[in-house]
Amino acid sequence: MSQFLQYFISGLSTGSIYALVALGLALIYRSTRILNFAHGDIATAGTFIAFMLLSLNFHFSLSFLLALLCGAAIAMLFYFCVLIPAQRREATQLGQIILTLGFGLILQGLISYFGGSEPQSFPFPLSDTTVYSFGGIVVSQLGLGTMGISLLACLLFFLLVQKTRIGLAMRATSENLTGAQTLGIPTRKILALSWGLAAFLGVLAGLFLAPALLLDPFFMLEPFLKGFAAAILGGLNSLPGAIVGGLILGVAESLAGGFVSIAFKNTLAFIIIILVLLVRPEGLLGEEFKERV
Amino acid sequence: MDLIESYREELQLIRKPGTRVWVGAFVLLLILLPLFAPEHVIYVVTIIAIYTIGVQGQNLLIGNTGQISFGQAGFLAIGAFTFGHLNQWGVPWPFGLIAAGIAAGLFGIVVGFPSLRLKGPYLAIATMGFGIAVYQVFVNSETLSGGRMGLSVHKMQPLFGLSAINFNYYFNFAIALVFTLLTYNIISSYMGRAFIAIRDNDIAAEVIGVNLTRYKLLSFAISSFYTGIQGGLYGLFMGYLEPNMFTFMESINLFVAVIIGGLASVEGSIMGAAFVILVPQVFNAYKELVPVVYGVTILLVLIFEPMGLYGRWFKLRLYFRNWPFR
Repeated sequence: MSQFLQYFISGLSTGSIYALVALGLALIYRSTRILNFAHGDIATAGTFIAFMLLSLNFHFSLSFLLALLCGAAIAMLFYFCVLIPAQRREATQLGQIILTLGFGLILQGLISYFGGSEPQSFPFPLSDTTVYSFGGIVVSQLGLGTMGISLLACLLFFLLVQKTRIGLAMRATSENLTGAQTLGIPTRKILALSWGLAAFLGVLAGLFLAPALLLDPFFMLEPFLKGFAAAILGGLNSLPGAIVGGLILGVAESLAGGFVSIAFKNTLAFIIIILVLLVRPEGLLGEEFKERV
Repeated sequence: MDLIESYREELQLIRKPGTRVWVGAFVLLLILLPLFAPEHVIYVVTIIAIYTIGVQGQNLLIGNTGQISFGQAGFLAIGAFTFGHLNQWGVPWPFGLIAAGIAAGLFGIVVGFPSLRLKGPYLAIATMGFGIAVYQVFVNSETLSGGRMGLSVHKMQPLFGLSAINFNYYFNFAIALVFTLLTYNIISSYMGRAFIAIRDNDIAAEVIGVNLTRYKLLSFAISSFYTGIQGGLYGLFMGYLEPNMFTFMESINLFVAVIIGGLASVEGSIMGAAFVILVPQVFNAYKELVPVVYGVTILLVLIFEPMGLYGRWFKLRLYFRNWPFR
């Protein structure tokens, strides 16, 4: 039983990272119907910026803050410089998805060119070797910090979306773009803000993942794909769904890794994707598809 | 712009005598290539020929039928390892190759089933999940992947007194040529028109009598058959196989080739295949920057020329045909 709880808790800690990634993906999908394939690369870019600032002896809080803002700026830049010109030329939805893929490739190449492709260890104020024990269940300092920060981020994000005027504008834009424009909502700024926020969450996930893994230009690929799986599981157009999906995926993975086999652990996410899409494509908390000719 | 008066004319692959000359000259140039080109060039062109097959299949799926797939690396791996294992058991290459294609095609049908319910981005994710799952199965199973050293494949003995590299070149070129002709014929047949109808509007296609289930699955099966053949040929050419040849990046490579070459065009597929092979060769000194070149080209192509390289070429041709009038 205590073994089960142990796996459960460590699953929650990874799951909260997946939830952050999934939240960013769902936020963008909900408001623009674009699957952001550059999400992982933006997060990697942000983490590398933090790494460079840290090696220039900046303080942790300052460099993390700058990295988060840079990540958001990169995403907004992409929105203004690439997506808007493409939309002016009537790019299809598929075309816009491919644009994010292309942007991801660009970022990936630049990161390996400037950041080096060797794995590096990421200095972090919380260590994953210092552990606390709660009645037999061991939690590392890093895992605890990750869970705390993700919960806080999700909570703040919830408050922003549900309780502020900006959140109202975001919800209106994702509900009905033309309607929102008619009501005088500056939809372009709101969408840019959504892109920025999504990247912010992505970089946050990257910063807390980097100390657990080694930092290299591809370190976010797998968590990003898992985040995708989580977003699908919860329903791509549902924000609470993304969080729930992330936590479920993390726990399921950890339990599968502990009780079935470690090798099976990584495949689970993709099996979940295929099963969910076959059985209930709209996800756990998503809305039904509607289609007209 | 071309006026087509009869169905026979529609079925013709080449409609103008001028085009016949051009295409003939191009094929002749490729046949005579080993006489004057250095070995390195022949090696690269051989790989392009192998790649052309997979990109054409992918283009039938993405460009003609409009179903996005990010799982090509999975089919590639299935085809390649089917071929590799059969080769190990001493099965002659024609059967091995066909078996590779059929194995990949059967998995294509399995992956095609979600496409009956899913559209656009959702389908992209489902196929992506498939591609990565296949990769991880191969990585984790030593019996399937042939262990740490990879699976070795017996290369072919050169025939007709040719050197090994020239023989491989002619062999792969001939197969690529056969598949190119096959693609042209698929596109101009009923099947090709059904694919295009599904891409343009699947509900409308079903209303006018296209069997949606059959043709969507067929499209997946054909495209993965092509990809499986590509995998088999690649294994035969390289002489060994390992799972790391078939990562998610490989799917992206094939996808990039289709997008940059031009959707729904066979010539575009060939150009796209040449592009994704040549760029890493040209930027050999700056390996890290290869994805940047891909990415920038994708952005430019999608914003300024949605028809891809083929579209640019087509417009250029049109310009010279009408010159000096516009």
